[in-house]
Amino acid sequence: MVDHLDFRNGAVSTETPVSIEEFLGASNATAVRIEPGEDARALLPHLDRLALVEVSFPVFGDGRGYSSARILREAGYQGELRASGDVLVDQLFAMRRSGFDSFAPNAPLDPAVVKASLERYADVYQKTVDGRRPVWAKRHEVA
Amino acid sequence: MYRYDNYDQAMVDARVEEFRDQARRRLAGEMTEDQFKPLRLMNGLYLQLHAYMLRVAIPYGTLSGPQMRMLGQIARKYDKGYGHFTTRQNIQYNWIKLEDAADILADLASVEMHAIQTSGNCIRNISSDQYAGVAADEVTDPRPWAELLRQWSSFHPEFSYLPRKFKIAVIASAQDRAAMRLHDIGLELVKKDGVIGAKVFAGGGMGRTPMVAPEIRDFVTEDEIIAYVEACLRVYNRYGRRDNKYKARIKILVHELGVEEYRRQVEEEFAHMKTLGIDPPVAELDRIRSYFADPAYESGLSEEVNRSDPDFALWLDRNVVAHKQPGYAIANISLKPVGGIPGDATAEQIELMADLAERYSLDELRVTHAQNIVLPYVRKADLYALWKELDEAGLGAANLDRISDIIACPGLDYCSLANARSIPVAQKIATRFAGNGKEAAIGEMKLKISGCINACGHHHAGHIGILGVDRKGTENYQLLLGGSGAEDCSLGQITGPGFDENGIVDAVERVTDLYLAQRSEGERFLDTYRRLGMAPFKEAIYG
Ligand code: SF4
Repeated sequence: MVDHLDFRNGAVSTETPVSIEEFLGASNATAVRIEPGEDARALLPHLDRLALVEVSFPVFGDGRGYSSARILREAGYQGELRASGDVLVDQLFAMRRSGFDSFAPNAPLDPAVVKASLERYADVYQKTVDGRRPVWAKRHEVA
Repeated sequence: MYRYDNYDQAMVDARVEEFRDQARRRLAGEMTEDQFKPLRLMNGLYLQLHAYMLRVAIPYGTLSGPQMRMLGQIARKYDKGYGHFTTRQNIQYNWIKLEDAADILADLASVEMHAIQTSGNCIRNISSDQYAGVAADEVTDPRPWAELLRQWSSFHPEFSYLPRKFKIAVIASAQDRAAMRLHDIGLELVKKDGVIGAKVFAGGGMGRTPMVAPEIRDFVTEDEIIAYVEACLRVYNRYGRRDNKYKARIKILVHELGVEEYRRQVEEEFAHMKTLGIDPPVAELDRIRSYFADPAYESGLSEEVNRSDPDFALWLDRNVVAHKQPGYAIANISLKPVGGIPGDATAEQIELMADLAERYSLDELRVTHAQNIVLPYVRKADLYALWKELDEAGLGAANLDRISDIIACPGLDYCSLANARSIPVAQKIATRFAGNGKEAAIGEMKLKISGCINACGHHHAGHIGILGVDRKGTENYQLLLGGSGAEDCSLGQITGPGFDENGIVDAVERVTDLYLAQRSEGERFLDTYRRLGMAPFKEAIYG
């Protein structure tokens, strides 16, 4: 069982993230944590100096963090994007597709189950930020 | 109709295996019920009062004969021999075992069907006009758009944990047969300067705060529809309320922000979305469209129908509607026999309908939101033979859009959320009006019953609506008048204090008696109510 998952080949931050309020204040932190109700777009002017954005999932059913992640990636954020909290194995696939590349789940995960669930779907229907070619692109030979 | 390619098939096959694994982990105790619940819900599996209920998606209500046959087989093999067609154009089975669920999904996948996203806080099955492709009044067949949306919404990574469930309807006629404006998003395909695009409505819905969706955009072209709908969803996912389940639907967000502000936010997001290249090329919509091309209609068919059998003539007048193609007709099979359970069919009836579709309707059927079945391609010359077979199987009820063609949710007989039973009330009303002979005189009447405020029985949209409530531990029924889910969309108003089971049947009769006494030439019940207002009806009920 593992309590951290990293899809960045070890390029993960060890800094403790600060709140978005603190970050936008006088702080020179390079790691920030955003809660579900907070606006990820407030970070867009500062993406260059960020090494880690931790998106918190207090309960797995609150899906606002998926939008936060995708918004950051759509804006070109390349740093670590970590989902933390009530992150369950069956959410990982959608989270990866939304741009998350590291995970700090409350409850440890079984790596075998993680692998199986991430590899289950050979194809996807939507174009998101993970670079996967959706089915329609394959059907029509477009990029 | 649409057929899966290898990609689509692989997707549903993978889903079956994923669910098989999840169910195994649950049965082995590796997952708590709390953790399993959202996963099974994403596969349409609910825990009801007596057993699991499985809801199977029938995308935009269209299915083939072999698919229908499979639905019958599932009813026989895994249920107690019944299926229940729902107001969402789906079918549900009320007596399912968790141990069987993955096998059922595998059987469904073998005929290109699934139960994906038929529950949970995600984008649900797309609904549409049951006469799509055969209606004389449509701008285009709306189903290619619906299929495009089906694929786009399947496993959408950003929108799998929305504040609440999300329902989208697509229609393409000025006449609205799908209650489009009572959906979270409604698309009406229209032609503008020779180009087809969608007029978009958002924020409609029923439930405890019913709302008719306002228009938020007058036109979106087919190459930007996905970007626009994603924009609508993203604003909702980020700002829809999550503090109170009853205020979590998009209608509350649109209402609280105001249409103008919601529209502004969507436009802003849309401008951004358009830069991402998330819309499939138009060639994809064209590919899907090719599956919905008109069949090879026969020409020179007879328009004659022999009306000498009076029972058949009645069915013909009530259940058969005009087809766009000469020589053909659209036949409605009513699942509302007097005294029956609205929307229920036995395994044998389901299989028979599949056979009839094969023999008389180019192997295609539709499910309507009024819980009936449509055979969309019947040659007029075959109508009598078709009716004979239907009638022998108890499927010949001639009551489409009549007072006994009642929409009713499962209610307290099955549903764990219910306050009151819906089915017995529907049965009593149908029986009363069969006995008093007033059904024919009343004409078009949409009567809809929900067993609780969640409004699965669309009571707000009934010309007459009935809502089951709990009054100090006993079942009580409120009466609503004046609703409509059609193009003249409106929400019913509560008449006043509620009734017990027999009282509500009496009240319905009093209301219809007043209508019969007061109507002007050509007026439907709804028209008379709108002209007279609530007061005289109240007087008739309580006076
Ligand atoms: S309206 Fe209420 S009682 Fe009826 S099916 Fe829906 S939740 Fe159940």
